[in-house]
Amino acid sequence: MTMRTPSLPPARSLRTAAALAAPALLGGCDWVVMNPAGDVARQQANLILWSTGLMLLIIVPVIVLTVLFAWKYRATNEDAEHRPDWDHSTGLELVIWSAPLLIVIALGALTWISTHALDPYRPLSRIASGKPLAKNDRPLEIQVVSLDWKWLFIYPEQGVATVNELVLPVNRQVRFRLTSSSVMNTFYVPTLAGMIYTMPGMETRLHAVLNRPGRFKGLSANYSGAGFSGMHFTVDGMDDAGFAKWVSEARTAKQRLDLPTYVTLEKPSENVPAARFVAAAPQLFDRVIGMCTKPGETCMQATMMKDAGHPNAAAETGKPRGSDGEGALQKQPEEKGSSPHRNAPRESAPGTSKPGSEANRSMTSADPLPAILARSVAPARS
Amino acid sequence: MSDSFLKTIFGRLTLESFPIHEPILIATFAGVAVGGVAVLAALTWFKLWGYLWKEWFTSVDHKKIGIMYMVLGIVMLLRGFADALMMRAQQAMAFGANDGFLPAHHYDQVFTAHGVIMIFFVAMPFVTGLMNYVVPLQIGARDVSFPFLNNFSFWMTAAGAAIVMMSLFVGEFARTGWLAMAPLSGLDYSPDVGVDYYIWALQIAGVGTLLSGVNLLATIIKMRAPGMGLMKMPIFTWSALATNVLIVAAFPVLTAVLAMLSLDRYVGTHFFTNTMGGNPMMYVNMIWIWGHPEVYILILPLFGVFSEVTSTFSGKRLFGYTSMVYALLVITILAYLVWLHHFFTMGSGASVNSFFGITTMIISIPTGAKIFNWLFTMYKGRIRFELPMMWTIAFMITFVIGGMTGVLLAVPPADFVLHNSLFLIAHFHNVIIGGVLFGTFAGLNYWFPKAFGFKLDKFWGTISFWFWVVGFYVAFMPLYVLGLMGVTRRLRHFDDPSLQIWFIIAAIGAVLIAIGIAALLIQFYVSFRNREALRDTTGDPWNGRSLEWATSSPPPAYNFAFTPVVHDLDAWYDMKSQKAVRPVDGFRAIHMPRNTGTGVILAGLSAVIGVAMIWYMWWLAILGFVALLGVAIVHTFNYDRDYYIPADEVTAVENARTTQLAPAMVGGA
Amino acid sequence: MSEATIPPGAQAPIFYETDEHHHDAGGSTMLGFWLYLMSDCLIFAMLFAAYGVFGSSYAGGPQPHEIFELPLVALNTSMLLFSSITYGFAMLAMNDGKVRSVQGWLAITGLFGLAFLTIELYEFSNLIHEGFGPQRSAFLSSFFTLVGTHGLHVTFGLVWLVTLMVQVGTKGLIPANQRRLQCLSLFWHFLDVIWIGVFTFVYLLGVLR
Repeated sequence: MTMRTPSLPPARSLRTAAALAAPALLGGCDWVVMNPAGDVARQQANLILWSTGLMLLIIVPVIVLTVLFAWKYRATNEDAEHRPDWDHSTGLELVIWSAPLLIVIALGALTWISTHALDPYRPLSRIASGKPLAKNDRPLEIQVVSLDWKWLFIYPEQGVATVNELVLPVNRQVRFRLTSSSVMNTFYVPTLAGMIYTMPGMETRLHAVLNRPGRFKGLSANYSGAGFSGMHFTVDGMDDAGFAKWVSEARTAKQRLDLPTYVTLEKPSENVPAARFVAAAPQLFDRVIGMCTKPGETCMQATMMKDAGHPNAAAETGKPRGSDGEGALQKQPEEKGSSPHRNAPRESAPGTSKPGSEANRSMTSADPLPAILARSVAPARS
Repeated sequence: MSDSFLKTIFGRLTLESFPIHEPILIATFAGVAVGGVAVLAALTWFKLWGYLWKEWFTSVDHKKIGIMYMVLGIVMLLRGFADALMMRAQQAMAFGANDGFLPAHHYDQVFTAHGVIMIFFVAMPFVTGLMNYVVPLQIGARDVSFPFLNNFSFWMTAAGAAIVMMSLFVGEFARTGWLAMAPLSGLDYSPDVGVDYYIWALQIAGVGTLLSGVNLLATIIKMRAPGMGLMKMPIFTWSALATNVLIVAAFPVLTAVLAMLSLDRYVGTHFFTNTMGGNPMMYVNMIWIWGHPEVYILILPLFGVFSEVTSTFSGKRLFGYTSMVYALLVITILAYLVWLHHFFTMGSGASVNSFFGITTMIISIPTGAKIFNWLFTMYKGRIRFELPMMWTIAFMITFVIGGMTGVLLAVPPADFVLHNSLFLIAHFHNVIIGGVLFGTFAGLNYWFPKAFGFKLDKFWGTISFWFWVVGFYVAFMPLYVLGLMGVTRRLRHFDDPSLQIWFIIAAIGAVLIAIGIAALLIQFYVSFRNREALRDTTGDPWNGRSLEWATSSPPPAYNFAFTPVVHDLDAWYDMKSQKAVRPVDGFRAIHMPRNTGTGVILAGLSAVIGVAMIWYMWWLAILGFVALLGVAIVHTFNYDRDYYIPADEVTAVENARTTQLAPAMVGGA
Repeated sequence: MSEATIPPGAQAPIFYETDEHHHDAGGSTMLGFWLYLMSDCLIFAMLFAAYGVFGSSYAGGPQPHEIFELPLVALNTSMLLFSSITYGFAMLAMNDGKVRSVQGWLAITGLFGLAFLTIELYEFSNLIHEGFGPQRSAFLSSFFTLVGTHGLHVTFGLVWLVTLMVQVGTKGLIPANQRRLQCLSLFWHFLDVIWIGVFTFVYLLGVLR
């Protein structure tokens, strides 16, 4: 199963050129995608450079020729040759079709190899360029749940959970297991690795490693409703000792994340400050996937086992979530247009009559901020 | 009156549905209302209603319908662009403590409406309008196969546009993004009227597009002039053929997926819900199975325009006609094999991702071949830098950049970091503005004299050209940069102040484009004012090559008094070089379809049904449906659908043309 | 007159068709209608695909073999198949120019179609009554949508058929009406083909599973 990961040469010259040009262009802006702190993102950046280089082989000549021909064969240039009936040349046609074909063959090979090597589901084969993974490496597992509109990170081994705060030990492989509570989001830490969707009722995976300590940014890259813009989180890279210290600190958090707390936390809220919890609900992540976090709900996994006629299917007494869902035709008039996901109350949206008002930031008819969050020890984000 | 009675009559429409507390909307509404009243008053004052109704709205003439499509596209471009300006302004100012001027509730509607309007009600009417106007002329036909259906299709598209516009002032539009991805677009997360507006607008306009696709396909297959074999068809007609194959094979998918989403919302089924066995990913797959061919539906006709323009203004035959045709066909087929590249990041296996990545790259081969063919059409030509040619050169340079970033996005691991980023936004604006819009402007400047009998003013056209082109680069190059800085789409507020400068540059670009659009409108006005000086008396102002230039500008209702006979590709060029003489007598009565108001009525009733369904006025929806069915059945009892233009009238029109051509003939002799 | 198109003294080709034949007004109708049917076929393809995906998402609800009654469905299928045969007879009568006979066969076709719809509605109402409506599970959603869309097509076919019966009665078998009869024929047989897909793919395979 463990196939040697073919990796791209680091495209050092190209990158150096980009790195040199970048500050001049940007006055110190951070092209984080091209200059990331994680090995996976680094390889992806290299791939961007290599692919771009390959394609420039054909793009530059085309642009140059366009300008050249347009200039040389302008109508006012009587000296240029004019052949109004010249419309075919087998040799030229061959070149026309084979030049892009060759580029695509090269790029296709690159694609096939790199897509397999950088498959987010595939465990890493190295920590960094030239640093292979230890034989018995066990990745750190972090479970990620996108909620409306904040991120929940569960560290099952450490027994802690956080909201909008992701802490990673440097140079250690991390396996993210991801899902969503309501709508789709995309988990994206530009400096770490590529994006991966979080989807309700489904699990996705991402393997990555952070190679540099420091504070970085993560966000949702897929629009998910009113509070989407505020759905970002800090990513802190720490060395092993720092991480251990952070874990033991987090374990002293006053709040316990049990199922009722989760159900409260799940309610829509915007611009939520970071918070820490002691993880106290076993298999919370699986319950989120199975849509059975509320009392009396049958887990989807159980329903599916029953559907498949599995002999061990547990006889659940609860109901699957959504079983009382109705379409507009069956609803009573007063129920129409109501949903916990709404951000604006029916009557008038607060703040909409005052553009720029601070109240616009957290227009939500649901609890603006669960009380538990307000009470929890939340280090203010910088 | 009791509350429940009101609910029965008006569904969920209440006084609160009118956004009287939204200052931006009120100002817009006031503007639209004043402008609308002015237009309506002017129409009444100049007694134009009867004229418009008789000569335009009920017209089954493909030329008039084509022009109406273009007008619809331009009007909706103004609306869609207003949305763009608001987004650019919001993103340029909303940093740190500044929250900008659009709350999420409004901003989310703006970016959704921008996408929906630009694709469905700007780009689609533009390409459909061009095809409608030009294809029958190019193939030497007198109209399309189903003229009534053509009128109906247009009004269905217009009805969809009207429904989107209505959402501005009654209720709200969707807050889901332009593809209304489930489960966000489900009843659980979008209980308001927004998504219903989206569904019904697209469903109604989609019927129009589909029927217009069937119509043009039948026209191209059945109505070509004698002698015009498939491989003698003008390249624009070929691109229209490929486009309409794509339309007929893709739009039913949209219809089906939107119908399933409607069932989820209205009946409570579980196609795309999170629970009870539903699967939102199914929606993502199905919408993109339509969505990717849609991209090629938009661009292929413009490839045809560029081919015609390059060949005409280089004074040369198109280089590699045969390989151009095969390239079109390859693109048409491959368009269906790439949809998954829109969601590489949803966790598909590496082999699946690679497959779709590589098929996507393969599309760049025929596309690249086409670019080279245009290049070698210019080679050893005599290039006249008229406006259509300027747009074409701007397209070639811009489009290859967009193509390159597109292929980059097709490499799955690269897409992992660029998906949903502003890099992606920059890429698709690069190909849609650089391809579809530049192509539309090329086509507009190219065929305008054919449609109206006078050329468009070159000075204002040049101003518009430069502001558009420069504005495009200023507006979108910063987005490429921002994408590489890890900035993703649809955000309405940012914390990192170092990003702001790039958004400000992009906003300046949007202002430049706004000036380009203003210059375009001025170009129309100035050209109309100077129309006598710009008059085209020959019918062939550019020394054209295909049959549309063989008739007068504007063409008579019947297009050709005698159907041309085709011997060569570039039929009109062939006729000119063989000194074919236009017959000047012996005209006969010409069989033509009769105008009918049924299309307007049916589309109007469809809009009524849509609005009734959006607001849950069930009785009105049922009534509208019964009326729709009734009108359709009554229409089928009308067998008297065509008439003859008498020979005298044809002779009079053609004699006038003979007189008009006389000086040119003397000069040419 | 035709001299005008040929430059004097040259064997130039003819560039204008000066003695045009009258084109048949409905020349493209069959092609156009066939194209429409293909697009309709794609709608069904999507619904079949949806059923393929959701066909085993029972969400704890009933499974196909628990709710499908094959004898009823077989009866239903035979109604539709017979209606196709009788439509064929209507077309034969049309070719012979017999107005009364055409109307008669159309009426019989319509009755078979009506019987089909009645049986389908009976099946649907039974299912909904037992609590197995389209809201129960994704499987039932896709089942009701696929079969219901087909039923809706049959309903429209019936409306069209009645309209045509009246039109044939008032106008006779003029070319326009013959064309319409041919279009409806295509439509009716197309629905038959779709139903065979439904019967095999949904009912038979569902019960076997």
